[in-house]
Amino acid sequence: MKKSLLLATLLSLFLLGCSSTPINDAPKPSGPSSSASDDEKDLDLASLRDPNNILSKRSIYFDYDKDVVKAEYKDLVAAHAKYVASHPKAKMTLTGNTDDRGSREYNLSLGQKRSVSVKKSMNVLGAQDTQIETVSFGEERADTNCKDDACYGKDRRVDISYEKE
Amino acid sequence: MKKYNLSILKIFKAFISLLLFSLIAPHAFAIETIEISGGGTKQINIAVMPYKEVGNDKANSLMHQIIAADLYRSGFFRPLEVNGLINKPFVLSEINYPEMTAIEAQVMTLGQFEINNNRLKVNWFLVDVNKKTILTTMEFSGPAAQYRAIAHKISDTIYEKLTGIPGVFSTKISYISKNKGRYSLNVADADGFNIQSVVSSPQPIISARWSPDATKIAYVSFEKKKPIIYIQSLVTGQRTVLANFKGNNSSPSWSPDGRRLAIVLTYNANSQIYLIDADGSNLKPLTQSTHIDTEPVWSPDGKSIYFTSDRGGRPQIYKVSSTGGEPQRLSFEGNQNLNPNVSPDGKILSYVTQDEGRFRVVLHDLQTGQITKITDGPFDEAPKFSPNGHVILYSHKVRGSGELSTVSIDGVVHQSFNIQADDIREPAWGPFAK
Repeated sequence: MKKSLLLATLLSLFLLGCSSTPINDAPKPSGPSSSASDDEKDLDLASLRDPNNILSKRSIYFDYDKDVVKAEYKDLVAAHAKYVASHPKAKMTLTGNTDDRGSREYNLSLGQKRSVSVKKSMNVLGAQDTQIETVSFGEERADTNCKDDACYGKDRRVDISYEKE
Repeated sequence: MKKYNLSILKIFKAFISLLLFSLIAPHAFAIETIEISGGGTKQINIAVMPYKEVGNDKANSLMHQIIAADLYRSGFFRPLEVNGLINKPFVLSEINYPEMTAIEAQVMTLGQFEINNNRLKVNWFLVDVNKKTILTTMEFSGPAAQYRAIAHKISDTIYEKLTGIPGVFSTKISYISKNKGRYSLNVADADGFNIQSVVSSPQPIISARWSPDATKIAYVSFEKKKPIIYIQSLVTGQRTVLANFKGNNSSPSWSPDGRRLAIVLTYNANSQIYLIDADGSNLKPLTQSTHIDTEPVWSPDGKSIYFTSDRGGRPQIYKVSSTGGEPQRLSFEGNQNLNPNVSPDGKILSYVTQDEGRFRVVLHDLQTGQITKITDGPFDEAPKFSPNGHVILYSHKVRGSGELSTVSIDGVVHQSFNIQADDIREPAWGPFAK
């Protein structure tokens, strides 16, 4: 009884007296980095940005509850794998995503499975694990107003991004 | 500095008030027990009369509305319409029994309260209408600001008196809201009132889980652009990182003794379940597969962990010993089964089943294997048992945005929460305060 009283009191202390913990996005570092020009050369950032270069394409789309990289993305995956293999300083993040159907935690795992699937395809082509981090946002970035598969399909993807680009 | 002192004073006042509230113990004397036919599956007709405020001509309707809404949501009671009654008694001598029998009331509650110097005192009765006997009579008092808490305490007392089961109306829930692009983890009373934000962020927050002693919440935040698990104290507001390993860190689940958590990590591969001490030390793998293993939940005895895995091709529910070993598949019906939650007595699993594109909440009796669908979908998620095991809290999507609802475990009484936010999801039900 004493314990429950203390607990209720302590909880009320927080709930009555405190405000929430607000988290804000960290400000982006401003100003030119001293090694920006080195990065530009070492990482060949121009080819990542060139809209005519396949490396500017960054999304791989999947079927419902599937993590198989479809044949139509073989060239895209191969181009990024080759880029990573030939630029030892490059660091790539593969972020998996899903549509908003199903549980959030399962979708987080499914998005991860997709990013791992893309990573494995790239490993075969010589891209090293040390240069790649696989993460997932699950359904957290999904369009919550989808009514058909064309809409859901846009959410089922892995996005490729590079550090310093 | 002045402001700080003022808030300390306020806290101290709240402390004293609560102390008094708890010290004035309710004087309960049971007189007789009502018989409930059908073992609780049949609802009890209850007339919740407006409790009269002393010194105020009109009966204050808020208190009886809170009590009636609580009892309705539990699934065990059918609160009757009492507005049309000619006689609205607030003391025993004024009860017109023929009138109560005419509206088919089996039990009724009535009472009066007064507010003096910001203190609320309620005298109330629970009466068996057929036998014309008092089932319970009590006096509750506390700070006037605890008005709703006192009403919930009355609901708890009525509920336990007539069902033999502890009521959950004084417990807390948590949920995640999204408003104007900002995510917030909130704590509220079990009826969705008294909302307090615990943490807010421009990035998603998911998978909040209460510690068994109700003083902490573990959750997953994407504020560092990837999922990391934090534990935050509800007492001090202080938070610590539980797990920030390479890849994803997610799906925390407290062991029943609160000393460990099951969590899900990926490194550079698929989701796997690990055990970790609550201070972030002593990390150990629990499952070791090349498939997705996620959404761990502990059995109340701490011996088993239920989880979701796609090792059979599609997500299904599995069980593994909390010391490791070979998992056993439990769900076989339905295209997909995920999002498991265990009843407080460990006898029932609730999870989400997907069939023909509809996601619905089911109950899976672990002794008989019987599976019962208790919601209709199409997008129901995150079922959580109430601490007494008799109600399920879950979220569902309506036109792109989420809402919270409860359903009694017999699937009969559905109730939605009316919480204002662009999107609400991922509810969790806090435990009984120990």
